[in-house]
Amino acid sequence: MTAAAIHAAGVRKRYGDFEALKGVDLDIPAGEVFSLLGPNGAGKTTFVEILEGFRDRTGGEATVLGRDPRDGDAAWRARLGIVPQSSGLFEALTPVEVVRHFATFYPDPLDPERVVGMVGLDEKRNARCKSLSGGQKRRVDLALGIIGNPDLIFLDEPTTGLDPQGRRQIWEVVRNFTSLGKTVLLTTHYLDEAEQLAARVGVIIKGELVEVGSPREIGGRQRATARVSFAARGGLAGKPLPEGLSAHAGNAGLAEIETFEPTRVVAALTAWAASHGEDELPELSITRPSLEDIYLRMIADSEHPA
Amino acid sequence: MTVATSTASFRPNAPGRLARLSFGRTIIELRQFFRSPEQVFFTFLLPVLFVVIFSTIFTGDIEGPPGVEKVAFAQYFVPGMIATGIVSATFASLAMTVSLEQHEGLLHRLSGTPLPRSAYFAGKIGLALVTSFLEVILILGIGVAAYGVKLPTEPVKWLVFAAVFFLGVASCSLLGIAYTRLIRTGSSAPAVVQPPYLILQFISGVFLQYSQVPGFLKVVASIFPLKWMVQGYRYVFLPEWIAQDDYGGGWKVEQVFAVLALWLVVSFVLARFFFRWNRGQTG
Repeated sequence: MTAAAIHAAGVRKRYGDFEALKGVDLDIPAGEVFSLLGPNGAGKTTFVEILEGFRDRTGGEATVLGRDPRDGDAAWRARLGIVPQSSGLFEALTPVEVVRHFATFYPDPLDPERVVGMVGLDEKRNARCKSLSGGQKRRVDLALGIIGNPDLIFLDEPTTGLDPQGRRQIWEVVRNFTSLGKTVLLTTHYLDEAEQLAARVGVIIKGELVEVGSPREIGGRQRATARVSFAARGGLAGKPLPEGLSAHAGNAGLAEIETFEPTRVVAALTAWAASHGEDELPELSITRPSLEDIYLRMIADSEHPA
Repeated sequence: MTVATSTASFRPNAPGRLARLSFGRTIIELRQFFRSPEQVFFTFLLPVLFVVIFSTIFTGDIEGPPGVEKVAFAQYFVPGMIATGIVSATFASLAMTVSLEQHEGLLHRLSGTPLPRSAYFAGKIGLALVTSFLEVILILGIGVAAYGVKLPTEPVKWLVFAAVFFLGVASCSLLGIAYTRLIRTGSSAPAVVQPPYLILQFISGVFLQYSQVPGFLKVVASIFPLKWMVQGYRYVFLPEWIAQDDYGGGWKVEQVFAVLALWLVVSFVLARFFFRWNRGQTG
């Protein structure tokens, strides 16, 4: 068994009458990328800040890299990398100056020049931070989070404000890190990001960790029905479907069939189309519920319990 | 550059590391300061501008009792400007920049690293020391070159000059750090810092003769360090008879030292207890 990088048991946080966290249990083994999802105000940031040692908890136990974050000292901090959600930058300095400066805080930092290159800031290395775009500032944030060569990185919405290419570049940096056996706790609103990077995702809603699982399985996703859709056009218009299949009208006039056996359905449909003289099913697609669909359903369920 | 050491032998509070980081913080603070035109202007050039304007407008002399030499207005005005220039480069500048760093999350970011907090404060005080020193040199240089200010010749006066400088810089820097507690949002900083500082300059006799300040305002001014710094610097640059009129019969340099030393202790305690590393963070 691998040692847990993060261990939380019954972590609670109460502000007056409001319970921001209602007892969160979570173990993240060393070397795992774990993604925390949840709507705004669900308690994600509170939970992460408790683990980072910025906030105190009102109940439960927490251990991060073998220490209670309450008593985290400088030696413990030296093993953490934190990319906060939105923080001001040192506007008058250049990315390379800030990264070099932060490197001096750590006992065993990475090479600042290399880190600036890794996050894709080579072209802007000597520009003042105040002249950088939102996405470029986010890259500086990431550089400052990894410069200390941490064992555990907290990434709070790391790609907000980045274009698709920039996001892929950041993902590449994160993958590089995890390939070295580092642990990552990623908070994000982009579900594709969680799907791309994380081995497991956890969904926090109203202060509770409602579900934890792999992105493929969470919320019963692998057991959910698939949807086969196509356009009944040309020779297929108005023709009754083969025996045993029933479709409903979906978006843009597509016929949609919900099924647990999409392969069988498609085989039946191709034979049916051929019998009407069509060898193509127009606009054929098979979709499974996206992580986003599952996630939105969980949030809806929590608001209107069955 | 850093020497790579293994994490196992990492001693965060080793004196060498603290000294190195304090020095590094001071350098980075200076670099940020001199790259921010508005900071350079407000904390640095504004007092210089005052010296030029006031010394140009008020060209008269201060007449003493019969038989003593008159004192040029600039000779009276410049020591006060040196004192207030130090307050500007320490108290006002730090209160504003530290609160900005608090509210924009820069302190939050730094506190997530193994940087010792003492090194952060050392960098701020290092910045205040260097900018105060430059400010004093600049004001004095302009005073001597353009307005005929005479420098003292007795070594003891230069010793007092240096002592008031170090006591003033240290206590006003710490006071500025403590004062950030009263600043609730980053953008309100100038509004919370400047008015009390401006009022204090008037009632401490920076812009006018201290004898012209009404008695009850003198009592208020005597509570704060500025009045005493002004008094200390006037002792350095002015003859004894001025004190007869202005400071009730003598420069009372021992009192100046006593009050500034007390302020050093008080502002250290205030900074220790009132400063918040994470503003807007609970717990």
